[in-house]
Amino acid sequence: MSDKQIIVEGITKRFGALPVVEGVGFDVRDGEFVAIVGPSGCGKSTLLNIIAGFERPDRGTVTIDGVRRTGPSRNGIMISQHGSVFPWLTVQENLMFGLSGTSQADNTELADRYIAMVGLAGFETAYPHELSGGMLKRVELARALVVKPEILYMDEPFSALDALMSLRMQNELRRILDEERHTVLLITHDVEEAIFLADRVLVLSPRPTAIQATFHVDLPHPRKLSSPQAQSLREAILKELGL
Amino acid sequence: MDGKLARIVPPVLVIALLIALWWFIVARSDSPIFPTPWQVVTGAWELVEDGTLAQHIGASVFRVAIGFGLAFLVAIPLGLWMGWVSGAYYTLNPLFQMLRPISPIAWIPVAILWFGVGNMSPIFLIFISSVFPMIVQTTVGVRTIDRRYLRAAANFGVSRSVLFRRVVFPAVLPEIIVGMRIGIGVAWLVVVAAEMIALNSGLGYLIMDSRNAGNRYDLVIASMIIIGVIGLLLDGATRLLERQKTVKWRYVR
Repeated sequence: MSDKQIIVEGITKRFGALPVVEGVGFDVRDGEFVAIVGPSGCGKSTLLNIIAGFERPDRGTVTIDGVRRTGPSRNGIMISQHGSVFPWLTVQENLMFGLSGTSQADNTELADRYIAMVGLAGFETAYPHELSGGMLKRVELARALVVKPEILYMDEPFSALDALMSLRMQNELRRILDEERHTVLLITHDVEEAIFLADRVLVLSPRPTAIQATFHVDLPHPRKLSSPQAQSLREAILKELGL
Repeated sequence: MDGKLARIVPPVLVIALLIALWWFIVARSDSPIFPTPWQVVTGAWELVEDGTLAQHIGASVFRVAIGFGLAFLVAIPLGLWMGWVSGAYYTLNPLFQMLRPISPIAWIPVAILWFGVGNMSPIFLIFISSVFPMIVQTTVGVRTIDRRYLRAAANFGVSRSVLFRRVVFPAVLPEIIVGMRIGIGVAWLVVVAAEMIALNSGLGYLIMDSRNAGNRYDLVIASMIIIGVIGLLLDGATRLLERQKTVKWRYVR
């Protein structure tokens, strides 16, 4: 197997007469964290939905681990802005939803370990409507991680949170990724979030979207956004976005 | 504690005031037919003592239980199917939308023709009246399930049966409960109306019989109040379902 886990080639998608994605192609290495930034409404989410298998492109292919992508799969879990934690299940039941294990006891134990990992120990039997927005995000993250996917697709995962909670979640995510190596594709409009988390930042053009520029973030973790390198990178990316 | 008191005291006061007003007006007008509240109480007590009130209540509740139960058994699977399978929806929905606005009262002659004047007629009418709201509510519930939940389920690659049991059904359950509340409310309205026309037992019959047998308006009013109270209890019972933790999410926001 090559070290290219995700190969995106010539993705084109239009909604009716409206072209949304125009020939996007890139590769993601195993264990790499790629952030995709772009102006709002540029088709970022559509692109990610195609890569994750929820939508089909008009043209182009997505290949994951050497297999052509035809639909969603549990080896790549999507975490989106609005969240999809099932409100009728408890925190623990949500985590166990995706586990098709043989033994109920093993599943419970595994679920509880991930609940603890995202800092929600003690909330196993709580229902989602009893939790705050930040806690819900943790549940969603834990539910994705517990099935041990190789890839995480994140579509503006923290943008519905307040600024402080968003920063806290970025730190949490970074900590978890140090423990368990996942390949991550992150859509965001927050340039600082992208620099803080990603190994590589792709800047998309306005609709119909294509890759306009690529930046490598060669800074060790934990990163300081106030460092001169991070600041100049931020300015370069913002310039690409027309700011 | 304050909040609870504030929710109990004002409505009780309003009802007490209304009874006082009723009593005052009847006493002043010297009406030979319209009863005072006290006459209603004593009249109702007679029926309690000779056991007929319990029989009438039992007859009405029995009919509602059977008619509503049958409607529930038909409506929930049918609604789930129509919500999930587009072909079923487009085929059956127009028919149900057309049948739904027909007042159950309009079915009375048909019911008498088909089922005579026994218990089957009102049970049929209750079935007809409560089945459509429950079908519609369930169908709409399935069709409006938030797509993100279905996507998440697809993402985890669960089987169709897990998808249905753990996602679709629980997602629709709050709508089903709303449908049940509507259904049971309509069923209770209809049983009284049906009994007024076609039967010789039940609370509806008690009202008509009391009037025909010597203008016993004390019993008419007593029946009306009992019908109201039982209706309230039925609604309260379905409201208890809304408190279940697995459906609360739908109502708290």
